[in-house]
Amino acid sequence: MVEDPVEPARPVLEAPDIARVLTRITHEIVERAKGADDVVLLGIPTRGVHLADRLAARLAKITGRDIPVGSLDITMYRDDLRLGPARALARTEIPDEGVDGRLVVLVDDVLFSGRTIRAALDALGDIGRPRAVQLAVLVDRGHRQLPIRADYVGKNLPTSLRETVKVQLSEIDGRDCVLLGTAPGHGAA
Amino acid sequence: MKRHLISAADLTHDDATLILDTAEELARIAGRSIKKLPTLRGRTVVNLFFEDSTRTRISFEAAAKRLSADVINFSAKGSSVSKGESLKDTALTLQAMGADAVVIRHPSSGAPHRLATSDWIGGSVVNAGDGTHEHPTQALLDAFTMRRHLAGGPGGGPTFHRGPGDGTGRDLAGRRITVVGDVLHSRVARSNVALLTTLGARVTLVAPPTLLPIGVEHWPCEVSYDLDRALAGCDAVMMLRVQSERMNAAFFPTEREYSRRYGLDGTRMAALPEHAIVMHPGPMNRGMEITAEVADSGRCTAVEQVANGVSVRMAVLYLLLGGNEPAVTTHRTEESK
Repeated sequence: MVEDPVEPARPVLEAPDIARVLTRITHEIVERAKGADDVVLLGIPTRGVHLADRLAARLAKITGRDIPVGSLDITMYRDDLRLGPARALARTEIPDEGVDGRLVVLVDDVLFSGRTIRAALDALGDIGRPRAVQLAVLVDRGHRQLPIRADYVGKNLPTSLRETVKVQLSEIDGRDCVLLGTAPGHGAA
Repeated sequence: MKRHLISAADLTHDDATLILDTAEELARIAGRSIKKLPTLRGRTVVNLFFEDSTRTRISFEAAAKRLSADVINFSAKGSSVSKGESLKDTALTLQAMGADAVVIRHPSSGAPHRLATSDWIGGSVVNAGDGTHEHPTQALLDAFTMRRHLAGGPGGGPTFHRGPGDGTGRDLAGRRITVVGDVLHSRVARSNVALLTTLGARVTLVAPPTLLPIGVEHWPCEVSYDLDRALAGCDAVMMLRVQSERMNAAFFPTEREYSRRYGLDGTRMAALPEHAIVMHPGPMNRGMEITAEVADSGRCTAVEQVANGVSVRMAVLYLLLGGNEPAVTTHRTEESK
């Protein structure tokens, strides 16, 4: 793919913003889960996993307890598998505590069509039966195609379908930021 | 088009690593209470077995079912094949039933290739063993087992029999693998030499001269007639079954002499490096190529290989059928199109 540099992607969240936003989400989780006693954080690969790790570290600081954190790969549950070649799988790592009877908070970077979360709910159903499932995302860019909403949103980012939202995290990309750009072609990414 | 798995030699290093990495993730499903994924729902996998097989057929069946595919088992015994139906007509029948993949085992070398390069069927062909030619999924599961034990430890080293590790992303570079026994009749040996070499391992074949195929000197491996010398310094030793059902001539004087010169017993196992594992594709002839003492020891991975077979075959079926086109390249089938 050749990037079309008509309009360079501009950052809408920088590193300090992301740190602040994650801290706020952490406090919201503690508040809504009344102390976060039974919270299990599951990040959706790739960047959701690192966001979940960061939330878990912050939760541990606030509550003084270790918060179980893991990852949930949704590849095998995607509804668009047959639209491209088979995709490589990512790691699913369920904490030893399991998910049965617990409050599972799914963590992802961008909430867009909602199809990823639909797949994640299906994947979770094969692993156990949580008491409840909630969703935390760094960015909600709108354009839902399914009746799904997030419980914790870092930033609501009204976008057009011609725009792209790219989250960069220091663990993978070397720096923290959220970039808003223009798609080289058109339509949904 | 690249949509078949006929030969282990068709797999590139990247393909092989992708299959093993995918198998590593899928192996984790086996530990769950719901061992099922919805990925191949609505796809049909036909197990077309012209030759007796229990573990390979069951393994493919379990793999396809765990991916939610529909499985049709077709064995030559008690079928229209015993009434004289040709491979072509059987294939056309399967095509008419809408098979998305055909897993074929056949006593004739080349039958899966014939099926894949014909226009008889539109689906993927997976070779589950053809004559004395190839058995690529067996080689993949052997490589998977080796990788877990020899590259699954911390820093990519061996696990020293503390259970299998996680070899994700690694290969078998520099590992020394010794394959012992009936290489002549073994499709497992042929596929293993090809795949292990692709993954960077150095393979030594050990067999009596009568049980080595013509042209073995052109294989990318070393050949030895001396088991004891080959055992020192090897990371894994794979004992092949003496295939008495294929032995229509005298290949060695007596079974006793064979097992004394080429069988693995406790004394020989003790001469192996501490981390080395003992493998056997099964079914084992205890007392022939392997003694009960070795087969039942903690270093023998025969049972683990069976479990790994399901994960590896799930990976192959997923990568061939999961998308709109296969995620692995196979040169030979590419050329033929």
